[in-house]
Amino acid sequence: MKRIMWLGILAIILLVLALRTAQGHMLNPFDSFHGFGTWFAALLTLAIMSFLYNDNPVYRFAEHLFVGVSAAYWMVMGFWSTLVPNLFGKLWPSLTAKLFIPGIADQPRDPLWFLYFIPLVFGILLLLRLAPKGGYLSRWALALILGTTAGLRLIAFLTADFMGQIRATLNSVAGYVHPSLPGGTGVFSFEQMFWDVVSVIAIMAALSYFYFSKEHKGNFGRFSRVGIWVLMITFGAGFGYTVMGRIALLVGRVEFLLVDWLHVL
Amino acid sequence: MSRFMTIVEKLDTLDKRWVFLVVGLAVVVSTIFRLTFPERPTPMVCAIYEKIESLPEGSRVLLPFDYDPGSEPELQPMADAFVRHCCEKGLVMYFIALWPLGQNMVDGVIRRVLTVEYPDLEYGVDYVDMGYKAGNEGVIAVILTDLKKLYTTDAHGSSIQRIPMMEGISNIRSFDLILNISAGYPGLKEWIQYAGTPGNIPVAGGCTAVQAPLLYPYHPEQLLGLMGGIKAAAEYEALLLQGYPKFRNDKNRFQTALTRMGPQTIAHLSIVFFIILGNITFQILRRRRAQERQSQQRQE
Repeated sequence: MKRIMWLGILAIILLVLALRTAQGHMLNPFDSFHGFGTWFAALLTLAIMSFLYNDNPVYRFAEHLFVGVSAAYWMVMGFWSTLVPNLFGKLWPSLTAKLFIPGIADQPRDPLWFLYFIPLVFGILLLLRLAPKGGYLSRWALALILGTTAGLRLIAFLTADFMGQIRATLNSVAGYVHPSLPGGTGVFSFEQMFWDVVSVIAIMAALSYFYFSKEHKGNFGRFSRVGIWVLMITFGAGFGYTVMGRIALLVGRVEFLLVDWLHVL
Repeated sequence: MSRFMTIVEKLDTLDKRWVFLVVGLAVVVSTIFRLTFPERPTPMVCAIYEKIESLPEGSRVLLPFDYDPGSEPELQPMADAFVRHCCEKGLVMYFIALWPLGQNMVDGVIRRVLTVEYPDLEYGVDYVDMGYKAGNEGVIAVILTDLKKLYTTDAHGSSIQRIPMMEGISNIRSFDLILNISAGYPGLKEWIQYAGTPGNIPVAGGCTAVQAPLLYPYHPEQLLGLMGGIKAAAEYEALLLQGYPKFRNDKNRFQTALTRMGPQTIAHLSIVFFIILGNITFQILRRRRAQERQSQQRQE
């Protein structure tokens, strides 16, 4: 009975859509590629939203299609925007210009062009993971990637996050930031100093909650309980922002369905 | 059991799909009626607006579009607003992308804003699309010292050497401002870490609401200003309407974020209502269970 009811609702919706399309109120999916694309996108949107009711095959089809298309797109973009201009273009510029990107022919050849054989070899080594023998060689390439990333991230973290954040906090706690520094007004602000002191105390309280070498009793216990409140307020703010982000996405999809597909607005 | 308690118990076991339905209806109805509310710009949004206002004509602005269609409803209004503001001020725009689909977002803003609203602007003179590059923060680290080492052609395959506005650009320090639009990794955080802080270059930008709390600590020393989510985009649009009254003409085109804040507000109110309702139900049932436990203990 329930199945018949759902099929009936679906048939009515399809009939209304067909009538609106026939009357020219909506794009015809068979008239143009744009019309087909709009209908396809709208149906996929509804397929994804159907998960809110329950898991179903239509949702799973849309999900798998999305993952497959994303992976393929990522691969094609990586080949044409990185491998071709930045590897093949450096190693064999005239051939790359002739076959792929004519604009590369105008570039002067890098005097150290032969160094680009290193990433080429390491790239091939990485693919050996898929080969039946010699898969262990891919670890060399992986080690290089890990080492380089760790080195790059460590320096950036130390300068921008660790040192940068400590300096910023100390500067503003003093209530005065020199005009030569970014965000500095050169004017003493008691209000700014007050809020920065509050922020420093809140950070210390939150950290104290995770300090387990001392029992959370007495003044220390009370201070760490303040830390719990700080954490809860932070999670609340984060949750509020997450809701805002998700609702914005929903509004975007609803606008697409009402304006671009159904043409009711 | 009283009727009131029956309702409370029903609310306690309410199917979450009713909540989805109410939030969905709230969004659909307020979208149909195009509800809008006035916005008061916050200091962080004003800081970006004022920075762009202070730049002299012809200043170079790097616009990395690090987002994809997954966050387009949130970020596209701020991308459009940034580009419009840069055009009004006569700034020179350099578009790049560290996300594969960011390239399409750049194409979209060029098609939607630049070619339609500012047809006099010339490609290669007033703006350039340098395309997507894989490598995440590695790309930023390289172009911090040598931009042309990585960017040999633009997005259409034309040599960088032949593009007039690329003259005098050696690295990222050649830009007067980095205005990033970010949906995650790599994004605004990486531009601060790898370009803004080591290169001492002014960085500002917009991000998804989810990211915003993680980026606030960088303001104001390492980040000039921050636009978190659709709310900040609406504030920026409100600032543009104040500064450039011509944008008041077409609400659908120039006030996208402001119109999206109406459904946002109504949906938030419905969520707040459900949170309050859920908490009241929880408290009532907790007291009742405690009373039942006490009476059981007394009987024993």
